[in-house]
Amino acid sequence: MKVPRRWAWWEYALWALLLASPLVLPERALIINEIAIVALFAVSLDLILGFTGIVSLGHAAFFGMGAYVAALLAKHVNPDPLLGLAAGMAAATALGAVCSLSIMRGSDLTRLMVTLGVALILAELANKLDWLTGGADGLQGVVMGPVLGRFEFDLYGQTAAWYSLTTLLVLFVLARRLVQSPFGATLKAIRDNRLRAMAIGIPVTQRIAVIYTVAAGIAGAAGALLAQTSGFASLDVFEMRRSADVMLVLVVGGTGWLYGGVAGALVFTLLQNFISSITPQYWTFWIGLFLVVLVLVGRERLLKPWTWFGRGGKA
Amino acid sequence: MSATETIVLSAQNLVKQFGGITATNNVTLNLRKGARHALIGPNGAGKTTLINLLTGVLPPTSGSIVLEGQDISALPPHERVRRGMVRTFQINQLFDTMTPMETLALTVSQQHGLGGKWWQALGSNKAVTERCEALLEQFHLTSVAHQTTNVMAYGKRRLLEIAIALACEPRVLLLDEPVAGVPAGEREELLQTVAALPADVSILLIEHDMDLVFSFANRMTVLVNGTVLTEGSPDEIANDPQVKEVYLGHGEGAQHG
Repeated sequence: MKVPRRWAWWEYALWALLLASPLVLPERALIINEIAIVALFAVSLDLILGFTGIVSLGHAAFFGMGAYVAALLAKHVNPDPLLGLAAGMAAATALGAVCSLSIMRGSDLTRLMVTLGVALILAELANKLDWLTGGADGLQGVVMGPVLGRFEFDLYGQTAAWYSLTTLLVLFVLARRLVQSPFGATLKAIRDNRLRAMAIGIPVTQRIAVIYTVAAGIAGAAGALLAQTSGFASLDVFEMRRSADVMLVLVVGGTGWLYGGVAGALVFTLLQNFISSITPQYWTFWIGLFLVVLVLVGRERLLKPWTWFGRGGKA
Repeated sequence: MSATETIVLSAQNLVKQFGGITATNNVTLNLRKGARHALIGPNGAGKTTLINLLTGVLPPTSGSIVLEGQDISALPPHERVRRGMVRTFQINQLFDTMTPMETLALTVSQQHGLGGKWWQALGSNKAVTERCEALLEQFHLTSVAHQTTNVMAYGKRRLLEIAIALACEPRVLLLDEPVAGVPAGEREELLQTVAALPADVSILLIEHDMDLVFSFANRMTVLVNGTVLTEGSPDEIANDPQVKEVYLGHGEGAQHG
C-alpha cells in the first residue's frame, strides 16, 4: 500500500490555481465564490453518496440550516464570520445527528423520505416563523464583520471568494484524510457489500449515522458561507431543487473521489453561466442535454474524443 | 479429552420458517472447542440457512444460540464477529472496488479496534500491514495485492474470501463450502491451511466433496430437510445406513456438488 498517501502534483496545482483565481480574475470573484460553495456542498454529499452509497434528496435541509443559523447569528448576536460558520456547522451537525437516529433502522427508501421530509418541514418553519426568519421575504440586512477582524467583505466579492475557498480547502483536507483512514475504508466496505461489512465486524448502522452527521455539518458550512457572503438567507436554501442540483454537480464531476465535487462545481457553474449568457431563457435545456450525453457516453469517453469513433470493443 | 469437550458454540432447538416452509426444524448442534466439525447433507437440507441463523444474518423463528456460554441470539451480526465467530460465504462476498491489500487492511484494522479511527491513513499501522502481508503471502495473493478485486481471477477471489475470514482472528469459524470453484489442485492446500489453524480455533465446515470432508473432519453432523439426521465421528457416519440411504439411495452421487 502506498502509505502515507501523499498529495499528487496536480492537487497542489489545482489548489494553487483556485486560491489564486480571485487575484487573477477579480471581476469573476462572485462566480468563484459560488463555485467554492457549491463544491463544498457537493463534497459533503460525496461523503454519503459516493463513499457510503446512501442516496439523499434532502441534503439541502442541512445546507439551509447552516445558512439560517449563520445569518441569524450575524444579525442578532455577533457579526464575526468564523463564529457564524462554526454555529452554522454545529446546528447542521446536530440536525444531522437527529436525522441519523431516525434512519438507523430504515431502508434506503426510508432514509430518502426522511431527509426529503426534514427539508420540507424546515422550509415551512422558516416560512411560518417570519418574526425570526423574515418568512417569504427572506432574512435581510445581514451585515458581516471582517474575517479574522481584518479582512472586510468587499463589493466585488474578492474577500468572499478567498473566505469560501479557504473554508473549502480546510474541510476538503479533513474529508480527504477521513476517506483514506480505516474509518473511510469501512464506509467503502459498506457501500460495496453491506452483508460482508457486517460479517467482518463493522457496526454498519452506527458508521452510517456518523458519516451522515459529519456530511450534514459540512453541508451546513456551505450554507453558512452562502448566507454570509451574500448577506442574505431565503427559503430557496431548503428547496429540493438545491438537493437535486448538488447531486447533478456530483454526478458531473464523478462520485467517490472527493474531487468530483470540486470538478463538478467548476463545470456546472461555468457551463450554467456560459449558456445562460447566450440564451438566458433556455439554458436549462442545454444543461439537460449535456447531462444526458455525459451519462450515456460516459465521462471518460467524453474527455477522450479520440475514442469516440474507434471500435466499441477497444475503447 | 476433557479440554476438548468444552462446547464453544451451541445451537439449541433452532427453528426457521419462511412463510409455510420450515427451513430449519428444531436443530440442536454443539461445536466443541478445537473441533473440525463438518456439516453435510443434500442440497436444500438447510445448511446455509443454519449458518445464517448462527451468524445473525437471519433471525430464528425460535430457539437460541449460545457462544462461549453467552446467549447471543439477539445480537446483531457485527457483535457476534466481535465475540470471535466469523464466517465465509458460499458465494463470494467481497468489496469489489477495493484491492486485497485494502480489504485485509480494513478487516485487520477493524479487529484491532482501529476501524473508527479517521485521522491516520489506512495501513499506516505497522502491526496491521505486517499481518496483511503475512495473510497475502499465505493465500498466494501477494501478486494481486494491489489489483482491484472485481478484476481478479475467480480462484484468487475465492482465496481472498477465506483470507478475510482469517483476518478477523476467529475463535469459531464457519466455512460455507470454502473450496467451491477452487481448482482441484489447490483445494487440499486451502483446506490444510484452514485445518492448520491453532488447535483452539473451532471450525464448522459445510462441504460437498466427501473426500475432503473425511480428510478434514473429526466430527460430523448430517442435516436432511432442515433436521439433524445424525451426528458422530467420521467412521460412524461413513457406516451409518441412514446416511448411505440419503446419499446413495436416491441416486445422488456422493461427490455431488
